[in-house]
Amino acid sequence: MDAIRQQFFDFDIMRQAWPMLLEGLVMTGLICLVVIPIGLLAGIGAALLSLSERRIVRWPSIAFVDLFRALPPIVLLIFVYAGLPFAGIRPSPFEAVAIAFLLNNAAYYGEIYRAGILSIGRGQSEAARSTGLGAGQTMLYVVLPQAVRNVLPDLVSNTVEVVKLTSIASVVSLAELLYQADMARSVTYNASPIVAAAGIYLVILWPLVRLVSRLERRIAA
Amino acid sequence: MDEAATTMTPGERFIETYFNAAVMERYLPAILDGFVVTLQLAVLVVVSGILLGLALACLRAYRVRPLNVLIVCFADILRALPPLVLILIAYFGLPNVGVSLSAFAVIWIVLTLALAAFAEEIFWAGILSVAPGQWQAARSTGLSFTQTLLSVILPQAVRLTVPPLTNRAIAVTKSTALGMVIGLSDVLGAATTAQSFSGSATPLMMAAIAYVILFLPFVVVARWLESRFKWRHA
Repeated sequence: MDAIRQQFFDFDIMRQAWPMLLEGLVMTGLICLVVIPIGLLAGIGAALLSLSERRIVRWPSIAFVDLFRALPPIVLLIFVYAGLPFAGIRPSPFEAVAIAFLLNNAAYYGEIYRAGILSIGRGQSEAARSTGLGAGQTMLYVVLPQAVRNVLPDLVSNTVEVVKLTSIASVVSLAELLYQADMARSVTYNASPIVAAAGIYLVILWPLVRLVSRLERRIAA
Repeated sequence: MDEAATTMTPGERFIETYFNAAVMERYLPAILDGFVVTLQLAVLVVVSGILLGLALACLRAYRVRPLNVLIVCFADILRALPPLVLILIAYFGLPNVGVSLSAFAVIWIVLTLALAAFAEEIFWAGILSVAPGQWQAARSTGLSFTQTLLSVILPQAVRLTVPPLTNRAIAVTKSTALGMVIGLSDVLGAATTAQSFSGSATPLMMAAIAYVILFLPFVVVARWLESRFKWRHA
């Protein structure tokens, strides 16, 4: 019992590692700030393209979405970080994370928006068009707002996944929360810093997870 | 070699870099071994994760208050924590308290728990979605609570859970690639090793192709399931 406390809950070590963890947390926040808004926007693009009337647009878009849903994000990240330099492109760790997350997020958010847009009856866009709105206006002011409301739980739930996923940035030695915690672990030979990092993730994400459950129940009801 | 490189067209150089036949031939056996490891883990995680999630959801249906608090906490915590955090804690922390697990076992256990947490929530939502009249009718025919749950409620609940469960199972199973971080020789692990030995990007391309071969069919099936079980809203 005492061994477990020493190995996982050594508060002295946690306190020493705290400044490092905070630095990591700032980086994690920075990644999220870049990656989530871009992903939310790129997802709309992917959804619209994969719903296009033209087959020559629709099929490649669906193939793109399926491809990046099939690839594990960490494989994508390592490919971008370690594979692209062979082609003369040398992304920094942060750029590699941004590129990999852009591709992955466009696919995942895209599927969610797509389901949302499909859930809105044709009558809505027909009515909007007949009032004189253009196709773009109809999508922007009539279809998308309703679509987003329908898939809000999925959007929030995927955003939780994205925040969790930022932890793989540690693999390309970007100094985010988990990377810093693991550095502290390797210096102290003690898992407490990672447990502290887990605590930080929990404090940030638990409320969001609760929110997702709540939203899902409201939609189901 | 250098002379050849300067006379190559960009297309040839691309092939040479990412689809180098000699490198492919040399490292194919290692990547295939990795593929077997990934496949084993994937099957184990899906089966044990879904079964554990189903068991927890059923347990929750008995509405024993302290037990349900524990189940909800378990599901929330495992849905909120990045799997990589748990993997590092288990792999580097546990040996110091006398529990040494292989990388394979760590990935299996952590991902099973993660999938179970999501599966529990999905099955529970399915159970709640069955109309209360079904419970009452089944109980009034003399079925016990457990019989009602297992032979009346679950069969109806499970149908609704198929599309979300498929998507979640794919997402969690893809995380087996995280094993690379703790030295597991799965597809990604084998590929990164091969990449550093060969100094070529071809093994990474092989890994990407291997994952697409493994997961693309499931992604396509998931898309089809979703359109079949489309939720009708308005």
